[in-house]
Amino acid sequence: MSTIYILWLRQIKRYLRSRSRIIGSLGQPVLFLVALGFGFGPIFQKAGKGNYIEFLAPGIIAMSILFTAIFSGVEMIWDRQFGFLKETLVAPVSRLNIMIGRVFGGATASVFQGIIVLVISMIAGFRVHSIGLILLSLVFMILISLLFTALGTAIASMLEDFQGFQLIMSFLVMPLFFLSGALFPLQGLPEAMKIVAAVDPLSYGVDGLRFALTGASHFGIGIDFAVLIIITFLLLIVGSFLFSRIEV
Amino acid sequence: MIKAKNLTKKFGEFIAVDNISFNVEKAEIFGFLGPNGAGKSTTIKMLTTLLHPTSGEIEINGINPAQHQDKVRESFGIVFQDPSLDEELTAYENMNFHAVLYKVPFDIRKPRIEELLNFVELWDKRNEFVKNYSGGMKRRLEIARGFLHHPKIIFLDEPTLGLDPQTRNYMWNYINDLNKKEQTTVFFTTHYMEEADRVADRIAIIDHGKIVASGTPEQLKAQTGKDNLEDAFLELTGSKIREEEASGLDRMRMHSKMWRRRR
Repeated sequence: MSTIYILWLRQIKRYLRSRSRIIGSLGQPVLFLVALGFGFGPIFQKAGKGNYIEFLAPGIIAMSILFTAIFSGVEMIWDRQFGFLKETLVAPVSRLNIMIGRVFGGATASVFQGIIVLVISMIAGFRVHSIGLILLSLVFMILISLLFTALGTAIASMLEDFQGFQLIMSFLVMPLFFLSGALFPLQGLPEAMKIVAAVDPLSYGVDGLRFALTGASHFGIGIDFAVLIIITFLLLIVGSFLFSRIEV
Repeated sequence: MIKAKNLTKKFGEFIAVDNISFNVEKAEIFGFLGPNGAGKSTTIKMLTTLLHPTSGEIEINGINPAQHQDKVRESFGIVFQDPSLDEELTAYENMNFHAVLYKVPFDIRKPRIEELLNFVELWDKRNEFVKNYSGGMKRRLEIARGFLHHPKIIFLDEPTLGLDPQTRNYMWNYINDLNKKEQTTVFFTTHYMEEADRVADRIAIIDHGKIVASGTPEQLKAQTGKDNLEDAFLELTGSKIREEEASGLDRMRMHSKMWRRRR
């Protein structure tokens, strides 16, 4: 328990101390919100789908969580390069706890990031559907954060340096985001796109978040919840297996 | 206290450690010497559970690390050859992190950290980020951290690298003291032969992954007919300059290439 706590605390401290990272990672969501939100707004309206900002904001919140979470996980490569990973790996504590502490820490930072973006989108004109459901949106933020921090950590367990990072961004993180229904409604898509969106775990995160914030859902909140829980659990198992095999 | 039997580690085709056996007794100060790339660090990594041996057996404090990793990990402290601090944390936070992981009881955590940081003269700078430390200060912090949890065995992989003679002397006095008072077993590597001669009870010399000689410093000198350890060392390992041992980063690059090929 204390192992999990101290590793969590370390992640939080590192996150809070990297102000430039926090601010830097807000640039992208703000740009998306403003450029896409106001840019496509009129067309979206004409197509009879209502307010685009309303639709887009949950997607952008999910995006910023996705990026922060994956990065928090992949950050472990730094620890390897700066040698700190050795210090944790020779310690007499279970590697599962080390992994869990890291994931919780990274996930907490990602939830923060999600909340900041929620506040920003409210400034940009987004209105939540019901105050009571804000708590539910927090649940989904936590789930998305856990899932993708675990994924990032699992990936980082297999990578020795940052050379593969670009690969991950281009072929994993970007597709996860763009194919998730964060930017467009999943209704009426070509069949192939629908299938792709259905296997993208972020789709369920976006959908759950959208339900909590705006009241609209594609898959249904129960399915969203179940899928996220199951995948997070599986990733934690796979991740801790990969983590336990690390040699430095 | 430390037993290695027919220990071997291969990285692909390369044999880093080749069938070595040795024993270190309780409360002994054991010097493990060898030129660059001889297999010193690889051996330490195997002894400290960071690498799995390709073959052979290890016993640390009477425990087999292959079966009881955590029990073994509790019993030793280690100062690595390359840095292993979190630069984004302060010195105190680094120490505290270590204390929590090694389950140092809460009420003695602070006095113990204070004692050790005072010993390496970093207490006044405890709240500074490690990234602002000089190389020598980082080294001292790592040494202090290695001792934090009162280990029964301490592994020191070139601990005095980059330290001035004053600090080096100071540190060895502390280790000697600990060795006498708490019966701590010390396993160290170094390139300073004069240092090894002075502090080690027994020495093993490793070259190309094999132990080429072992005994007390006197025995090694007598065996080679030299009057100092440096000459004895050169006699045993030859005077040819060795390829620099691949740094952690180089090895990482190598691994990542392997990883890429595997896919």
